[in-house]
Parts: sequence; structure tokens; C-alpha cells
Amino acid sequence: METRQIYADHAATTAVSDEVLAAMLPYFQTNYGNPSSIYALGRENERAVMDARARVAACLGAQPSEIFFTAGGSESDNWAIKGAADALAAKGKRHIITTVFEHHAVLHTCEFLEKHGFEVTYLPVSPEGLVTAQQVADAIREDTALVTVMYANNEIGTIQPIAEIGQICRERGVWFHTDAVQAVGNVPIDVKAQNIDMLSLSGHKFHAPKGVGALYIRKGVRIPNLIHGGGQEAGRRAGTENVPGIIGLARALEIATQDIEGKIAYLTPLRDQLIDGILKIDQTRLNGSREARLCGNVNISIVGVEGESLLLLLDGFGIRASSGSACTSGSLDPSHVLLSLGLIHEVAHGSLRLSFDRDLTQEDVDYILDTIPKVVDRLRGMSPMWETICKEGKRLV
Amino acid sequence: MNYSEKVMDHFMNPRNVGEIEDASGIGEVGNAKCGDIMKMYLKIEGDTITDVKFKTFGCGAAVATSSMATELIKGRTINEALGLTNKAVMEALDGLPPVKVHCSVLAEQAIKAALTDYYQRQGIDPEPIVGKVPECEECHLD
Repeated sequence: METRQIYADHAATTAVSDEVLAAMLPYFQTNYGNPSSIYALGRENERAVMDARARVAACLGAQPSEIFFTAGGSESDNWAIKGAADALAAKGKRHIITTVFEHHAVLHTCEFLEKHGFEVTYLPVSPEGLVTAQQVADAIREDTALVTVMYANNEIGTIQPIAEIGQICRERGVWFHTDAVQAVGNVPIDVKAQNIDMLSLSGHKFHAPKGVGALYIRKGVRIPNLIHGGGQEAGRRAGTENVPGIIGLARALEIATQDIEGKIAYLTPLRDQLIDGILKIDQTRLNGSREARLCGNVNISIVGVEGESLLLLLDGFGIRASSGSACTSGSLDPSHVLLSLGLIHEVAHGSLRLSFDRDLTQEDVDYILDTIPKVVDRLRGMSPMWETICKEGKRLV
Repeated sequence: MNYSEKVMDHFMNPRNVGEIEDASGIGEVGNAKCGDIMKMYLKIEGDTITDVKFKTFGCGAAVATSSMATELIKGRTINEALGLTNKAVMEALDGLPPVKVHCSVLAEQAIKAALTDYYQRQGIDPEPIVGKVPECEECHLD
């Protein structure tokens, strides 16, 4: 089979689409004015940012005044969580509820707050990679300031019961933030219907450029301003707006949310072919629920091989993927997400994440399914771990 | 991960992969929990390492350091093999990213473990000659 070039890492980042780039380009050299300036060149930019804000709000079921542009998902998460902690500590609320398998932008922010006198409950997840609204309900206390649960997990793609959690938080009078960085464009989101108080998103996950994101803050949720300075973002986050980025984000979000059902209908069967095909390899397991799963996410552990080696060989075949092995995480431990599912280290080291968008084709699927067994055979052939497993007749999954 | 061309070459085309049926000494270091296992097979005739093979479970650097280490000791004397340091393996590979230095330590230890086995098979106490091969965890302390 001829080598193909397949980008299978859309959960890491995406290319800026032609349409998005075209929308942005005028704001670099032609309409380069500062939105705060009084003359037409500035006013035009102010209007463009206002318009972008309204369009982002419409995609999420929010009001334009509830959308604040940031530099990305991590900034939005930090602002939401530290902001809520700060606002509610004044009322004696110093307890935060989250899950063990959040993105580090959430986990490390929570750990930071623990050092500053906050108490954090880290809800465990099921072996399928899901939390329940009941777990959240049981963890809420008198002094709970915030519940923050990711919409969809970045590694295993499991989709959490956000509307149910939102309803419980609303009933109990607790603010609810969700990191929706992986969910936007993959699941329909309506912040009002789902009782979401704050929502983080990041442009580069859906074909906007890197370095631009947004935080939705429901009207009535009052958290301190993030950056002090000028009056941009209603004074909440000062600094001259990233106008091209904001324009790009708005256009990209519109495109990403215009036909989510169609995307799910197209990608799910291809994803399932990949899952079923890879699972034919001996001693493999799907990580995370298949049903409550992003349509473009495949995460499989392959016993006896190490993730980074797998990625390097796949790259040699033109397939760009990702893994949760220790070697790829830059630490000695494999991914906290995989360990949270109850995987042993040995199995977590051999994980492979493939994440796709609409441009995935049947030919790509066939090529990937032809390539992975070859690469696995090669690595297992030189793996003393696999040798021992075979000799002892052990099964790790 | 920014690997040198030499590391990538030794990862993509590893030298001396396999097993030696009638090996004079076999050493295995690392463990699956940490994500690296290296197994080294030596064929020793007289004082010379006439053949060497390896099997490795691990990242790109783990495979590359094993491969390079086998090249560096093949045809050499036991003494020369004992003198091989992880630093020499790294230099031969044009360097490793800092988080991967422990892989080169593992390669050095795999050779020492195989030589330990070689002496033990002959009823010779290996420790005065080879020294102590540390447990896997210790390699992570550097």
C-alpha cells in the first residue's frame, strides 16, 4: 500500500481552515486599527469584534455580553476556577469539586488553590471514563464554591453528563464550570439549557488559530477581572484585542457548529471501524466508553509495545498520532487519565490516541488498519515484555 | 521530542536485534511499570565479546541506546565493555534529550547485568569485577 499522510491528532490541534484564514486576513494589514480608536479604522474593528462576540454567543446559546475572549483554553480554565474560588471564598465557601481526569489546566489550578487553603474533592471516574451527576450531588457541601467537570475528556473522548450535572448544581446553588475544549464542534452545546455557568473553549481545536479562546461567564456569575488595564472585554480582561484571532475563532466556531449531527453521522461508523479493526490485534483494549464518546476519538492500549515507539514508527508511515505513555508525557508515569480508568502502568504505556475530523476517509481508515498491525508486530518482536507475556501465557487486558 | 538523526537512525534501523540461543550471559534491566525493559545477550569467547543481541521494550531512546551500546561492545574485550559508560553511549548518538538520559543508563546497566550473568554461570563472584548493578528505580535518580 502506498504511504499516505494522515493527520490523526485533531485533539492536539488543527490546521486553520481556508475559510477561517480568509476571514482573518483583512485584519492583519488592511483593517489593522485598534478597536479602541475613534476613527473609522478603529471603529470598524470594534464592530468586527462585537459582531464576532455575538456570533460566538449564538453558537453556544449565550448572550454576547457573556462571552469573553481569552488567549486559549488554559487561560479560560484558570480564570474561571481561580475567579470563582476568589469570589466565593469571601462568602466562606472554600470547597471545589472536580474529577481526577481533568486536563492539567484544571487539575494544576485546583492544586494551586489547595495550597491557598481551598479543599478540593477529586471525583473518581468509572472504568468507562465517566462521572455521574449523582457523584457530584453527593459531593456538594454547604461550603462548595464550584463544580468543574470537563465536557469531554481530551485523551479518551468520553462525554460527561453535563446537562445533568448542570441541573444539580443549579438546584443546589453551586456554580458550574466546564472545560469544553474538546467538546466544541463535536457535541451540541446550549449553555442555558444545560445550566452551565462558565464554559472554556479554545480556537485551535476547531480550525481557528492558536492563541485565542473564550470563556463564557453567565450573567450574574461575578468573578474578579483577569487582567487589569484598559476597558477591553468589558474591563474583565484588559489588553488590546487579538482582532484577527477573534474573527477567526468566531468564523471557525460557526463552521464547527453548523452541522454537528452530520459530522457525528459521518465519523462514528469510521471511528467504529477503526476501533473494531485495531481490537482484532491480540491483547488490546478500548479505553473509555464507546457509546458516550466523541465521534472522532479512538484510544486503545496495545499490550507489549511502548507508546512513543509506536508513534515514531507510525510517523514513518505518515500517520501522526498521540499516546499517553510516560515517555510521551515527559514524566515517569503514564497518563493520569488512563490510570484513572484503573489501567496498570504496563497497559497504559502502550496507549495510542487517534483523533479525527471530517476529512477522514475510508481510504485513510483502510491504510491505518493495514499499518498498525505491522508496526505492532515489529515492536512486539523486539519486546522482552511481550516475550515474557507470551511465555507465561499471561493476559494483561 | 527532539531526537538527533543518529538516535532516529538507530531507532528506525536498530542494529543487533534478537536473541543468542547459546548466549554466554544474558542481562535484563528495567521493568514494565517504568516503561523500559532491556534484555542483552552476549556471546563471549576467551576475553572477547564475539556477538551481542538485544531486545527492548521502551521509547525511541531506549531502543536507540540499546542498539548503539551493542555496536560499541561488539568485538571488544570484556574490560572494554565494562568501561562503557552511559555518557559514551549518549555521545555516540549525538546526545539525548535530558528526560531520556536514563535510557542510556539502562543500556550501560544491561551490559553489566549480562556480564554479571556470565561470571555467575562460571561460578565466579561477579561483584568485584562488574560491581553492583543497581535496581531500576535508581536509574531515575539522575
